[in-house]
Amino acid sequence: MNLKVIEKRKIFLSLAAFLVGLSIFSIVFFGLKPGIDLTGGTNWQLSFSEKIGEEKLISHLYAIRSRYDFSVSSLNDGSFLIHLPPLSENEHQALREELSKRINGLQEKSFSSIGSTIGSEIRKRAVWAILLVLLGISLYVAWAFRKVSRPVKSFKYGVITLVTLFHDVVIPTGVLAFLGHLKGVEIDTNFIVALLTIMGFSVHDTIVVFDRIRENLLVYGGKNFSLKEVIDKSVNQTFMRSVSTSLSLFLVLLAIMFFGPSSLFYFALIILVGTFFGTYSSIFVASPLLYLWQKKSS
Amino acid sequence: MFFKKNQTTFLILVIIVAIIAAVFDYQPLWQKISSFRPWTLGLDLAGGSYLIYDIDLSQTAPSDRSLVVNGLRDVIEKRVNFFGVSEPRVYTETAGEHSRLIVELAGIKDISEAIKQIGATPLLDFREVEEEGTSTPKFILTNLTGRYIKSARLAFDSVTRAPQVELEFNDEGAKIFEELTLKNVGKPLAIFLDNQLIEMPVVKEKISGGKAQITGKFSLEAARQLVERFNAGALPAPINLINQQTIDATLGENALSKAIIAGLFGTLAIIIFMLSAYRRLGLFASLALLIYISLVLGIFKVVPVTMSLAGIAGFILSIGMAVDANILIFARTNEERKKGLSWQAAIEEGFRRAWPSIRDSNISTLITTAILYNLTSGFVRGFALTLFIGVIVSMFSAIVVTYGFLKTFMLKSKI
Repeated sequence: MNLKVIEKRKIFLSLAAFLVGLSIFSIVFFGLKPGIDLTGGTNWQLSFSEKIGEEKLISHLYAIRSRYDFSVSSLNDGSFLIHLPPLSENEHQALREELSKRINGLQEKSFSSIGSTIGSEIRKRAVWAILLVLLGISLYVAWAFRKVSRPVKSFKYGVITLVTLFHDVVIPTGVLAFLGHLKGVEIDTNFIVALLTIMGFSVHDTIVVFDRIRENLLVYGGKNFSLKEVIDKSVNQTFMRSVSTSLSLFLVLLAIMFFGPSSLFYFALIILVGTFFGTYSSIFVASPLLYLWQKKSS
Repeated sequence: MFFKKNQTTFLILVIIVAIIAAVFDYQPLWQKISSFRPWTLGLDLAGGSYLIYDIDLSQTAPSDRSLVVNGLRDVIEKRVNFFGVSEPRVYTETAGEHSRLIVELAGIKDISEAIKQIGATPLLDFREVEEEGTSTPKFILTNLTGRYIKSARLAFDSVTRAPQVELEFNDEGAKIFEELTLKNVGKPLAIFLDNQLIEMPVVKEKISGGKAQITGKFSLEAARQLVERFNAGALPAPINLINQQTIDATLGENALSKAIIAGLFGTLAIIIFMLSAYRRLGLFASLALLIYISLVLGIFKVVPVTMSLAGIAGFILSIGMAVDANILIFARTNEERKKGLSWQAAIEEGFRRAWPSIRDSNISTLITTAILYNLTSGFVRGFALTLFIGVIVSMFSAIVVTYGFLKTFMLKSKI
């Protein structure tokens, strides 16, 4: 294996920049659709023994509620997911009664109703979690690269690690915004957890590559090797490991997506996308950036 | 280090523990061992209801709040215990200025009735009355509420035979009642139940001993129910259902079996991958992985960690991550071999060089999961917990198990 990451850096960096741009566009253009746990609302999963289409169910619901404050989607297992504003238990029972009068064999699979106050609280906590994870990871990165190393200054490793982190988080978010538009996928707590998990993975991948660059710089640096060669060598040495690690993670994520319960599908998909681009960035983005920065300053 | 000196002994010990753990994890294998502690399934898998109530503490003095919240939890716990649900959980949480009461009912059949029962509030309080001419009287809240009730009894009026409720306050309540009656001699004192005026008897004299009667106009049935509720405890503060999640048991069962299948296929795929990529080394990694799985599940079961769907997802993810440490060691070992080192030296060197990466790379995930665990609640929390435990055990399995396998077998076979 002999990848020339630095030589082809323009291609790799442009691709990364393009994907980040595309993702930001997708987020701005499609917007992120918040789930009920962030805004308050009701998710109600129902099935009927009577064969009934989505439209029929919508017309029944409209007849009962006499306004369109709900949405209905059909799930793979033949059940329906109804999305409503927050319902009290009495409203829930009343609606259930009305529906079972109109459609035969109503069976409740799940019902969750979240008040708007608790929604804003969860939102607040999510923001806190994101901030704290960013802070924790930054501190950790600073610690991991604390040893003074020449010729590349420690803080550069840290800053670039955070830049690639941004890349790794924006792309799955963009994918989710697009899926929200396409399939009505919502951003809920699960998604935030997935994002934060990606942050943890992504950083660790980048650190392994950078660790190797630092080690090689100590061994070969200043002798007959240029920075370019040392970086290329390091990337190639860690390449197999990066790919193998991500591959093993892919395998379990694919297993969750295709064999696991449907409620985990998008959760696993988002982590998969994040892991993929996290690996890409640690190989093809982080090292060229380090090279560029170092070249400019020397 | 101990395990370096007694490599083989320690490895054998770990394998034995792992085998015991496997028997313990897999329920049908040997009931005697596995039933020692059953799996704790989350509501999303076992089916059931997860209810969050907001506790209204606006009428409670700040110094009394923690007392009231704890009292409320005890009362709800008593009520919930009547539902015949196995191991109901009732606990409180503070979120900013709000206090929350959380009720988890696994496998409940009639959640609607349960919600009614929990919320049924014989919210009793006494209020002073300030009469202003002929207009409607003004009621002033007092400290005397249902939380001071020691016991209640059904009685009948000696003349009219109408049912009435006799209340007995505890010492503290008796004192407040005494002061209240002393202050209001000759004036009426209002009794409110669930914010409804029940009656307004005139206080004739100071009442000591802490006994009161509510006559009202109860039917026999209503009076009896009231007595039961008072004895189970009146709610010391009003509560308001703000979040409900109910999952049907069959849906949960279905999700559980799918998640297990996903875990099996994921593990199988990794084993195939490791074998084809690293051959003989892969075999050791696969064995180490199986030991890892068995140990982690054992820990989950013993602690016990409640297995929710998110928790299982976290665990399956940790299986994928656990291999990482092995890959790091193997990749380094192969590299050192290429430099011309003997197997013994290559393994030592490979491990020595891989260790800082293994440690460092797991720290970021540990940081993330620790923060997630502290900032989330409900189902998602399980994800952080299982991933956290998984990562720690995977580091252990890399250092002890994989390294032990390599040293014991590779060196003996002298390839």
